[in-house]
Amino acid sequence: MNNFGYVRAASVKDAIDRSAGDPKAMIIAGGTNLVDRMKVFLDEPSQLIDISRLELKKIEKTADGGLRIGALVTNTEVADHAEVRAQYPVLARSILSGASQQIRNLATVGGNLLQRTRCPYYYDTAFACNKRMPGSGCPAANGVNRGHAIFGNSEHCVAVHPSDMCVALAALDAVVEVEGPKGPRKIAFGEFHRLPGDTPNRDTNLEPGELITAVTIPASPFAKSSVYLKLRDRASYAFALISVAAVLDMSGKKIKTARLALGGVAHKPWRTTEAEAFLQGKAADTATFQKAAELALKGAKPLSHNTFKVTLAKRAIVRALTISAKGGGVA
Amino acid sequence: MENQEKAVPKASRRKFLSQALTAAGSVVVAPTLIESATAIGAEAPPSPVPVAPSTAGEISVTLHINGAKKTLSVEPRVTLLDTLRERLELTGSKKGCDHGQCGACTVLIDGQRAYSCLCLAVMQEGKEIVTIEGLAKGEVLHPVQEAFIHQDGFQCGYCTPGQICASVALLDEIKRGCASAITPDLSSPPQLSNLSEAEIKERLSGNLCRCSAYNGIVAAVQQAAGHTPPSAAALVLGATAKEGA
Repeated sequence: MNNFGYVRAASVKDAIDRSAGDPKAMIIAGGTNLVDRMKVFLDEPSQLIDISRLELKKIEKTADGGLRIGALVTNTEVADHAEVRAQYPVLARSILSGASQQIRNLATVGGNLLQRTRCPYYYDTAFACNKRMPGSGCPAANGVNRGHAIFGNSEHCVAVHPSDMCVALAALDAVVEVEGPKGPRKIAFGEFHRLPGDTPNRDTNLEPGELITAVTIPASPFAKSSVYLKLRDRASYAFALISVAAVLDMSGKKIKTARLALGGVAHKPWRTTEAEAFLQGKAADTATFQKAAELALKGAKPLSHNTFKVTLAKRAIVRALTISAKGGGVA
Repeated sequence: MENQEKAVPKASRRKFLSQALTAAGSVVVAPTLIESATAIGAEAPPSPVPVAPSTAGEISVTLHINGAKKTLSVEPRVTLLDTLRERLELTGSKKGCDHGQCGACTVLIDGQRAYSCLCLAVMQEGKEIVTIEGLAKGEVLHPVQEAFIHQDGFQCGYCTPGQICASVALLDEIKRGCASAITPDLSSPPQLSNLSEAEIKERLSGNLCRCSAYNGIVAAVQQAAGHTPPSAAALVLGATAKEGA
């Protein structure tokens, strides 16, 4: 990697000021994705602003009974937090299914939201890539694209967002708290990540100089009955081909409310609101789940090598909903 | 004539390479080449970006490693792994993939396992780092080291320091009540006494062993957890018996 300046931020404001004052500067916390990218020259920052010692490391109850997770809480700390385990098991399980313990110990919540795609064409600088170099082309669109998007992809980019945690956070209607040169603001989770469109180089709606400070999760009376199902090429330590975060609020054998989000299918975590609306008030049986899965995949536009993802996702949804209706657990 | 013609591209290539090497020796020119290369296709070339880092090239950092304080001067881009191996003569931590995929560089930072290849040395100021060299007490091996020897947990040995550090951390994580992706009930994660083989495998999945000494590694963790692992011979005989049946 190229050399760069290094500075330890003294405060959130200091980090924002330094970041806003130098467009080539980058923020580092856990570094598990950024250091890896710098090693292959995907990022060549002028300086790194180290925020890892800032006081954004708390998990607190919010006034409405939800949780506020500081941006610098590690993945391990979230997954092992008693309240997360008890109230939001889908979040704990999504995190535990991602990466390895060594990475989860370093990786932070804020960084997880900002990790970049693992599309091999993005990672290999011998290829063109619109995400890496806008206007250069997308060899994945007609290349080896079995791991790529089936929803929301554009002719400019077919990459998928790699996070597991974000799929659960999307299903839980999380809110991202950020601070920037113009002050603090809150971004609904569904509005945080972007579809590629013709600007696939931008993954998120963060503005220059903005820093994630926390993620809040609203109180949820039913998130206990939730499942994270992840399907991948090997049993552990691999990115998802398909993942499903399913959250069901049951009343006896009937579904009161359902939340369903997919990972590995789009440039962002993919909520399936039509399927969710269909599930409401229905009996929790296989026929219902199959119909919901059909609705969830209705708009899929698979590429040449990933039509299998449509069938895989439907089956995964049925399985995740079935387990969730029985109270959740390991999928 | 023919030879001369053939010689032309060779000579120009050599000339280009020598120019490029000269340029690489200059801090200013080499990044300028990269800048102009990335600007292809853009409407207007970006304005020149200052190449020099905002702080001096090297930074002083004090690392606490295996109980000793080491103060040294490193560039911000230097990883903890390279610092251990190249500057502090602690070559036990191995460089495998150098991208956080193989686990050979695993060390303990403030008691938690981490890939030292993904950690910048300058960010580790004041943290307690333990490497494979810091696990034994003098000539007395750490129980996990003993277990790896007894259970034949390695062949070539290259991944072994990382495997051992990861296993030491794994046992501590069990004591602290950490869960894994396959833990059936998040509210009652496994104890050392009921740590299953499947849990050990899932929890060690961040460490690869290309010799496939996995059975020995799992048995070593079982031994260190206080279990009586099946003997290697029993595993082989069991497999033979099944094949024969």
